Amino acid sequence: MAESARSFTRPAAQPFRQLHRFHGGLKLPGHREITAATPIRQAPMPAQLVLPLQQHIGEPAECLVQPGDTVYRGQPIARQVGDISAGLHAPTSGTVLAIEDRPVAHPSGLQAACIIIETDGEDRGGKTATRVDYHDLPLDELCDRIRAAGIVGLGGAGFPTQVKLGCNARPIKLLIINAVECEPYIACDNRLVQERAAEVIEGVRILQYIVQPTECIIAIEDGMSAAESALQAELARGNDTGISLTRVPEIYPSGGERQLIKVLTGEEVPSQGFPADIGMICQNVGTTAAVYNAVIKQQPLVSRIVTVTGEGVAQPQNIEALIGTPVSQLIAAAGGYNAHVDRLLIGGPMMGYAVANDDIPVTKTMNCILAVTRDEMPAPPPAEPCIRCSKCTDACPADLLPQQLYWYTRSSNLDAAQDYNLFDCIECGCCAYVCPSHIPLVQYYRHAKAEIWTREQQTRASDFARQRHEARLERLERIKQERAARMAKKKQALAGEDDSGASKKAAIQAALDRVKRKKEQSHATTKNTENLTAEQQQLIDAADKRRRESSTQSADD
Amino acid sequence: MEFRTYSSPHLPVSDSVPVMMQRVLLALLPGTICFTWLFGAGVIINLLLASITALAAEAAVLKLRKRPVTTLLDGSALLTGVLLALALPPLTPWWIPVVGSLFAIVIAKQLYGGLGYNPFNPAMAGYVVLLISFPLELTLWSVPGMHMGLVDSVVYAFTGSLPEQQTLDALTSATPMDSIKTRLGLSETLSEIQGSPLFGSFAGAGWEWINLWFLVGGLWLIKMRVIQWQIPVGMLLGLAGIALVFHAFDPDSYSSPLFQVFSGAAMLGAFFIATDPVSACTTPRGRIYFGLGIGVLVYIIRTWGGYPDGVAFAVLLMNMAAPTIDHYTRPRVFGEKG
Repeated sequence: MAESARSFTRPAAQPFRQLHRFHGGLKLPGHREITAATPIRQAPMPAQLVLPLQQHIGEPAECLVQPGDTVYRGQPIARQVGDISAGLHAPTSGTVLAIEDRPVAHPSGLQAACIIIETDGEDRGGKTATRVDYHDLPLDELCDRIRAAGIVGLGGAGFPTQVKLGCNARPIKLLIINAVECEPYIACDNRLVQERAAEVIEGVRILQYIVQPTECIIAIEDGMSAAESALQAELARGNDTGISLTRVPEIYPSGGERQLIKVLTGEEVPSQGFPADIGMICQNVGTTAAVYNAVIKQQPLVSRIVTVTGEGVAQPQNIEALIGTPVSQLIAAAGGYNAHVDRLLIGGPMMGYAVANDDIPVTKTMNCILAVTRDEMPAPPPAEPCIRCSKCTDACPADLLPQQLYWYTRSSNLDAAQDYNLFDCIECGCCAYVCPSHIPLVQYYRHAKAEIWTREQQTRASDFARQRHEARLERLERIKQERAARMAKKKQALAGEDDSGASKKAAIQAALDRVKRKKEQSHATTKNTENLTAEQQQLIDAADKRRRESSTQSADD
Repeated sequence: MEFRTYSSPHLPVSDSVPVMMQRVLLALLPGTICFTWLFGAGVIINLLLASITALAAEAAVLKLRKRPVTTLLDGSALLTGVLLALALPPLTPWWIPVVGSLFAIVIAKQLYGGLGYNPFNPAMAGYVVLLISFPLELTLWSVPGMHMGLVDSVVYAFTGSLPEQQTLDALTSATPMDSIKTRLGLSETLSEIQGSPLFGSFAGAGWEWINLWFLVGGLWLIKMRVIQWQIPVGMLLGLAGIALVFHAFDPDSYSSPLFQVFSGAAMLGAFFIATDPVSACTTPRGRIYFGLGIGVLVYIIRTWGGYPDGVAFAVLLMNMAAPTIDHYTRPRVFGEKG
């Protein structure tokens, strides 16, 4: 069960596609059987919805409503700010109660700005638009519909979808629809595909139409046979060409974008790069269904399917909930907690984070709520010294040397950690899972990354301060010299013709030259953090914020 | 309701250091039983003395260092004692395993910071100290299958006196590798030498079986993923490879690769000693070079060196090279151009 994945057999009965393998990875116990076999249930309408303004990577959305406003279902209540951002819509009709800070799904128990809506139970929608064939829409408008629907990557990362689609930014040879739920317990994508294959496939066609890839693959996992037949039936019905279905082996983390691309194509997304750099786009299958809703039904993203599971809940199942529904209500919908519930995780058991209480809202990226008992996931044993057994190296899907990273991180040798590609770590947790010394390796790496970001920010800030200081000195000097020049001129005028003016002028010129030279020298550049794209900067800032809080939190542990 | 929070990953851990050490000890069992069968109770006495000393020394130093003495339970000290004992000849005075074990634990392991921090394999450091300081005691190997009983062995270990009508000369003999070395010096050919009863079907009589059982244990360790294949395979390839070159060139002066890998401490070294993770290389490619280096060095020391076997020296020498090898064998990171 804990074997690192060295080899696997190609699944049978597939149109031939040579699969590849990535280094490391783990065969993990699935824990998906119950939820994968239970139909998706609709969550009851909550009395209140809490919608954080930030549910995605990038800038938080800007609130468009005020307390007291009545809203209808699908009404935009916050708009996108800048390129990498996503808007928000009222998930149902009701009244805006407040715009205030509320606890959100975050490892630190952080509070963030949220729009609170009191629902009226009527679920009134806005005007219904007429259906159009998307083939008749200009590409720009199609993209705009996706953007306007507030769609972000529903697989967990929450990257705004229209940015990823790039809307014809560059030629794409392969569009991958990711239905691989690599983490144990999670089955929301599996259920979605089983129950709504038609919507998913139609969404894929829309994406295909936008991106115009040479090839399009829907990737599912070996264990998902029901989902596979649903998709196959749908593909056969539509007589689709250019969309193929591929089963990939259940090896964690093959649902990760980079790993999935490697498995399917053998190509590697450049370190620190994006799939589009090698002509590929990867979209989560849930996102595909959201695109369908946005384009065909003209409905913005206001709900999602969440797997509520673990031995800590009475009836594990997949629940479709409005964005903003309190987690506590989803737990109630799943029959409430069992007696020995001990930990509440948002996301899967490998990369998810533990939260202290359930008074937080469902967000666009929340794919799993995992309530576990102490028996199911006991407290981690105390860490012991690293014995350099390199099991972590063998398990690392990014081909890093985790034990070296740990060594350098622990000794605060952050330059060496960076040199050992710290920033290529995807925090999948494979290393920590196999570590016989139970060292919380991922926590060390997160801490190191946060530390480096902070350091770079400080460098930037101090550079800026220095530049300002130098500019000020220069300004003062200039004013002084100007005054001196004026005085000299005046004196000259008063004293009539005098030869001393020329020498003074020369001295002033010399001083000005000196200042100019100094100014030129002072433009030293900082390494690494120059020339960031807006996107990277956004990612860094967002992640930085997250890390800082998570490291504060981990320090409290 | 307040829940407990921890850092990810949350799945229960899959492995632990004590379990790894227990598995290594378990894997040593077949070879150890065979060793005892052939060389008698002296092996058990060495094992007990070395293990008890190792555990006591570890406990004492941990206490001095104000570390939890329960660290003892990780099994690493016990394993060091056992490996050292398995390297010793069965006819040794009691203080040999004791001194070796003390040096291994106190100097080679704990003074460097304890488990995880020792640059050298502690058991081999202890063994080499004994070999250099007490060469006579370390070369008294009895003839396989010809050994004293338990009581006589205990008496010999603690008093140095042999039973009536028993002489040390009758009990001991040169090991197969010793005899090759000395008799080649007397211009005998290898085929003549290997005709003596000291030799078995493909290596030294008895020794071949001990090595075979250590091989079995080692393969099980690889199967259980306690150790990785690179170091043992590298070491055996290195040893067999260089042996093959010389054997092909002059089969009368250089023993066969098969003889080499089934002689002395080859299998014990390849699967149990060189694979000590703390002092070995950690990169996948590095581990292969590390193993190859040990294999080649073992051959060089065996063939041209002053000592009959070279595993301990080879391991210590490669321990020194490990950080450098690691530095130059970093794997290509995912997405980096190769």
